[in-house]
Amino acid sequence: MSKIRIATTSLAGCFGCHMSFLDMDERLVGLLEHVEFNRSPLTDIKHCGPCDIGLVEGGLCNAENVHVLREFRQQCKILIAVGACAINGGVPAMRNHYEVQECLEEAFLHGVGVDNPMIPSDPELPLLLSKVHPLHEVVRVDYYLPGCPPPGDAFFTILSDLLAGKEPSLPKAMLHYD
Amino acid sequence: MNIASSLPSGGDIHLLHRLRALQDRHQHIPPQTIAPLASELGLPVSQVEAVIDFYSFFHRSPRGHFDILFSNCTSCGDLVLMQQLCDLLGVVPGVTRADGLVSVDQTSCVGMCDQGAAALINGRTLTCLSAQQLPALAALIHAGTPLDEWPAEWFAVQDNIRQAALLLNDTLSSGDGLRAAVQAGAEQLLAELRQSSLRGRGGAGFNTSLKWQLCRAAPADTRYVVCNADEGEPGTFKDRVLLTRYAQQVFEGMALCAYAIGAQHGFLYLRGEYRYLLPQLEATLAEMRTANLLGENILQQPGFNFDISIVLGAGAYICGEESALLESLEQKRGVPRVRPPFPVTHGYLGQPTVVDNVETLLAATHIALHGGQWFRDHGTQDSSGTKILSVSGDCMAPGIYEFPFGISLQTLLAACGGQDAQAVQVGGPSGTLVSRAEFGRKLAFEDLATGGSIMIYGAQRDLLAVVRNFTHFFAHESCGFCTPCRVGTPLLRQYLDKIASGHGTAYDREEMARLGKLVKRRSHCGLGQTAANPLLDLLEKFPQVYAERLLHQDYEPFFDLDAALATTRTLTHRDDAEAHLS
Amino acid sequence: MSNMFFIDGQEIAFTPGQTIMDAALAAGIYIPHLCHKPGLTPQGSCKLCTVDVDGRSASACTLPATAGMKVDNNTPALQEVRKTLLQMLFVEGNHLCPTCLKSGDCTLQALGYHLGMLDGHFPPFYPLREVDASHPDVLLDRDRCIVCALCVRASREVDGKNVFAIGRRGANARLIVNSPSGKLGDSDLAADDLAAHICPVGAIMPKNHGFEVPIGRRTFDLHSVAESDVATPVTLKKTEHHDE
Ligand SMILES: Cc1cc2nc3c(=O)[nH]c(=O)nc-3n(C[C@H](O)[C@H](O)[C@H](O)COP(=O)(O)O)c2cc1C
Ligand code: SF4
Ligand code: SF4
Ligand code: SF4
Repeated sequence: MSKIRIATTSLAGCFGCHMSFLDMDERLVGLLEHVEFNRSPLTDIKHCGPCDIGLVEGGLCNAENVHVLREFRQQCKILIAVGACAINGGVPAMRNHYEVQECLEEAFLHGVGVDNPMIPSDPELPLLLSKVHPLHEVVRVDYYLPGCPPPGDAFFTILSDLLAGKEPSLPKAMLHYD
Repeated sequence: MNIASSLPSGGDIHLLHRLRALQDRHQHIPPQTIAPLASELGLPVSQVEAVIDFYSFFHRSPRGHFDILFSNCTSCGDLVLMQQLCDLLGVVPGVTRADGLVSVDQTSCVGMCDQGAAALINGRTLTCLSAQQLPALAALIHAGTPLDEWPAEWFAVQDNIRQAALLLNDTLSSGDGLRAAVQAGAEQLLAELRQSSLRGRGGAGFNTSLKWQLCRAAPADTRYVVCNADEGEPGTFKDRVLLTRYAQQVFEGMALCAYAIGAQHGFLYLRGEYRYLLPQLEATLAEMRTANLLGENILQQPGFNFDISIVLGAGAYICGEESALLESLEQKRGVPRVRPPFPVTHGYLGQPTVVDNVETLLAATHIALHGGQWFRDHGTQDSSGTKILSVSGDCMAPGIYEFPFGISLQTLLAACGGQDAQAVQVGGPSGTLVSRAEFGRKLAFEDLATGGSIMIYGAQRDLLAVVRNFTHFFAHESCGFCTPCRVGTPLLRQYLDKIASGHGTAYDREEMARLGKLVKRRSHCGLGQTAANPLLDLLEKFPQVYAERLLHQDYEPFFDLDAALATTRTLTHRDDAEAHLS
Repeated sequence: MSNMFFIDGQEIAFTPGQTIMDAALAAGIYIPHLCHKPGLTPQGSCKLCTVDVDGRSASACTLPATAGMKVDNNTPALQEVRKTLLQMLFVEGNHLCPTCLKSGDCTLQALGYHLGMLDGHFPPFYPLREVDASHPDVLLDRDRCIVCALCVRASREVDGKNVFAIGRRGANARLIVNSPSGKLGDSDLAADDLAAHICPVGAIMPKNHGFEVPIGRRTFDLHSVAESDVATPVTLKKTEHHDE
């Protein structure tokens, strides 16, 4: 039987969800008998090929996030929004309290200790969206794994369920928004 | 507590009136006036603040010296005209011009659906606006000409009574109804009312004699009568005409209700949009006092003391809901109360109160004179008498039509020259969208119930735009008390906007319907319970109207991704391919 | 049969005048709720206590119980309705739980756990709301306010003050402060007023007590909202204040 292919990425997140993913510890070894990783910070593959499961950490704060998310949605049969930021913007969405202009001006023009004030305009840099958005505002999301971050056990549960061909479900004790 | 002296009756001691005066004088409510006003009226500052922000006609920052509000109703609104005027005046809708001269914005239906396009200018009603007129209008504004020197015909409001029957044909003399009531006595009056089977004309259709009986039976020293002239349902304007032509009979209806239930004070709650009626209504009240139809020992009946004050609303549809109306009378935000208890036992200031529609009270006056059977002889089994209908939209002769209950929609359409309609909205946005196939249905509580609004849509109308207009209306007018309506109506608006702009998918349509049903079933009051009717009716009766707009794809973002980059594009002076999202 | 009614088929006693909620709580039956606290005037605005009474929708916290009525409460359909209402409350405000001091002690969040809410589902509103840090002991962060008016009622009915009110309309409804400047620091709110402690979410929070109990050890980290609410009676502080 061919292995289940999984891709993961972190958009506007902190890699905390990925760290928590690694908290599956030795269970990862067992998991690797059934799955292989495609695009992921764990593999350094740069573009997502056809996959069974995509795990997306982080919300959308810039144009590049949108491109990556769309690639994941296109390539992954099942897309899972992982963690508070993917689900409702999380900590990065605290900037939604301000206009993006205020944010950039504070960071690059008027902030304390800014030398040579200018807003960077290198085309290599992705442009910021006016607000930070959760994934489901832009693509269809199949499952949500809440938590900041979700516990390693929750990753294990949801992946085990999916590998077993079951509708994934979480025990109440693993359901946390923080 | 002396109830009489603490009554925020009309005049200058009601908070809404004081705020209106401030708004008139300063084009907004200056912050420094708020605390003194609160202490003068003996109200908490927070209550005054809350009221200012609840009602649409009060503003925190100055509006123009000429403040123009175009109706956005599908019958009396014309936002193309609004934009043309804005262009002529060099203003952006909703933003006061830098020199403070003028501001232009939109407002919910102003009740001139038979003579649109309509607008309010400094609270006064402009009717039959046309594109040709706009340059002259703009010139008067630029010249700073006071409104009193504007062409009077611009402000003329026609009655447009097209079809009269029981109530509109009958010209009662002053005091006829009240005299008959007093002669017969309260018991007999209630018996006649019971015999008439009169049901409330405000929409809900509650049995009027039962309402009065319950109020009369509720233990209390003080009772109140309230005439609901908030008439905020888009497409409704019959109460405007009744108060123009038959105000005295309406007030008599209030007085005989007072006689029946034992009330000493009454209120006419008049929507702010009908402010131009105020002087003539006050004059009518004064005449009635002179004729001893109001005041003390009315018609020489010892102890029959009753008077009426008028309270003017300030732009809030929800205040037509009877318990929200009572809150508004009590100088608060118009938030519907928890029921039970009902106003008949716990109404104004917690006292038993009858709240009745203008037309209901007018009918009561006629019934007092002619007897219950006279009324009962008309209409249908469950809907006695006649209904006064406000007909507007795509027809030859918009205006007021009085027909016995039970006529078919087809008959009405033939009478007003609206046979070519593709659809009719019966009962206003909160009512029912009726398709051609159903034009045989009857106007009556047992079939198509209506408070009187009949909006006709011809073949050329985009029904999705109509429904979208209604959905925006409800989101704008939601009072915000309960979760399903406060959050649900803006969400429904968002789904509908998405679909109307060609960005909706089948999934969005299903989500909208699912949410619509929840809002309908779980909201606290009639506003939320009916807010989804238009979009659900359209889905049921004109499914192709949605289908034609849908994208044939699985999912589509909820916001415009490229527009979300606009600010940062400008800040970085970038316009390369990577600076865009499709 | 008299003074008995049914919740999900179970026969419940009530005393006349009790609401469905009163009788249910007395019988140890949990009906989800946010804007209700026994002892304060019920207002029925959050609609989380929505039940079906003989097939008609009603708010359990405001509808008086009557003999023989059949109430549906814990049904899959109603739990779904409640979950949707919760999602609406989440997207209406700015609920970034990982950044919130109330996390773990928050009834809104706990109801999310109770009803198995995984996401906000709807497009968020991203409202811009004012934070008021002017009071020495109490923080008001409107981003998390669900306009339940518990603080409004607690201040009026228990504290004998009138510190809070709800202002504006529709989706713009906001908690406002009854002081000349509109700031909490100018009001007569005291740190031990019930109004300063009753907020079910993280909108009104005592200052300087943020992390006395660590995340993971807080009320709803250890208990379900259903169990804690039914088990612990809410005691309200008494004062001398009476309305007239
Ligand atoms: C949102 C809403 C708006 C209403 N607006 C009006 C109105 O403008 N005029 C009116 O008479 N009744 C209105 N009603 C109905 C009133 O609540 C109430 O039923 C009516 O005034 C009772 O009078 P009646 O028995 O004479 O009809 C409205 C109801 C709702 C829910
Ligand atoms: S349904 Fe809408 S208008 Fe009615 S109480 Fe609820 S929020 Fe207010
Ligand atoms: S108030 Fe509750 S739901 Fe809102 S952010 Fe704080 S913990 Fe989360
Ligand atoms: S501050 Fe808290 S208690 Fe007060 S209305 Fe908002 S959510 Fe309710």
